[in-house]
Amino acid sequence: MNCQALVELVTDYLERALEAKELERFEEHIALCPDCAAYLDGMRQTLRALGTIPPESLSPRAREELLEAFRGWSERPVSQP
Amino acid sequence: MTELTQAPPGDEAGLLEALRRGDEAAFSALVERHSSLMCRVAALYVRDAAVAEEVVQDSWLAVVQGIERFEGRSALKTWILRIVTNQAKDRAVRERRSVPFSSLAPVDEPAVAPERFAPSPYQNAPGWWSAPVAQWPDGSPEDVLYASETRTLVQGAVAALPDAQREVITLRDLEGWSAAEVEDALELSPANQRVLLHRARSRVRRALEHYLEGRTAS
Repeated sequence: MNCQALVELVTDYLERALEAKELERFEEHIALCPDCAAYLDGMRQTLRALGTIPPESLSPRAREELLEAFRGWSERPVSQP
Repeated sequence: MTELTQAPPGDEAGLLEALRRGDEAAFSALVERHSSLMCRVAALYVRDAAVAEEVVQDSWLAVVQGIERFEGRSALKTWILRIVTNQAKDRAVRERRSVPFSSLAPVDEPAVAPERFAPSPYQNAPGWWSAPVAQWPDGSPEDVLYASETRTLVQGAVAALPDAQREVITLRDLEGWSAAEVEDALELSPANQRVLLHRARSRVRRALEHYLEGRTAS
């Protein structure tokens, strides 16, 4: 496994989707190649950075409108047989 | 990040039951829990922020109106994802500002530019790094400027991704869904889900690398 092949397997590695043989070759390569180890570390840091993006939320105004619409819905006359 | 969206289903069943009775607090709790997902998915199809917000409102009302039909065969968030996706697509068509949504089939695209690899002096095979790969500095959490700058950069990189990649990385790495959940919701094979995730993460990684090189140079 060369470096160019390894970078294409990084996601499969992190997703634990590599077959046993491939996993062995991947880990062997990483242990001996500081550049690929740095590449993998950068990918892990990328995932950490993605995880810091805060959740989005509705604006307070939109939320209030929505709750009002809900009240209108929940107070509707219920037609039961 | 994922605590709210991955709450135990039992808890959610109680909320749904209360919602069926018209309980406002239950509705409010569900809005709190799933609006991030809705906002992000709406933004995949509708670029205008105000319109996307209307799509989210309409989607919540569609959830409420359809709650009797929700049988719990899929996870609530998967059902919500389908509703908001349909609402957003309809809206995009009506607004005639539809961004053509590219096929989910992954296209071939290397994670790292081929120019960065060269034949090794010791081996007769190509594909070894031609220059050392920089070790990134560990950003300390206390360094607020670093963190917020990085976050803005990463958000921009995600926004610039091709549609299918953006959809997968948004659910996986921003919303914290599992691979199986994304495969189910987007009807992707495990292999295609991983390929799209790989392309997306590799692009974001490249953007970050480029940014960090600039910081070190200055």
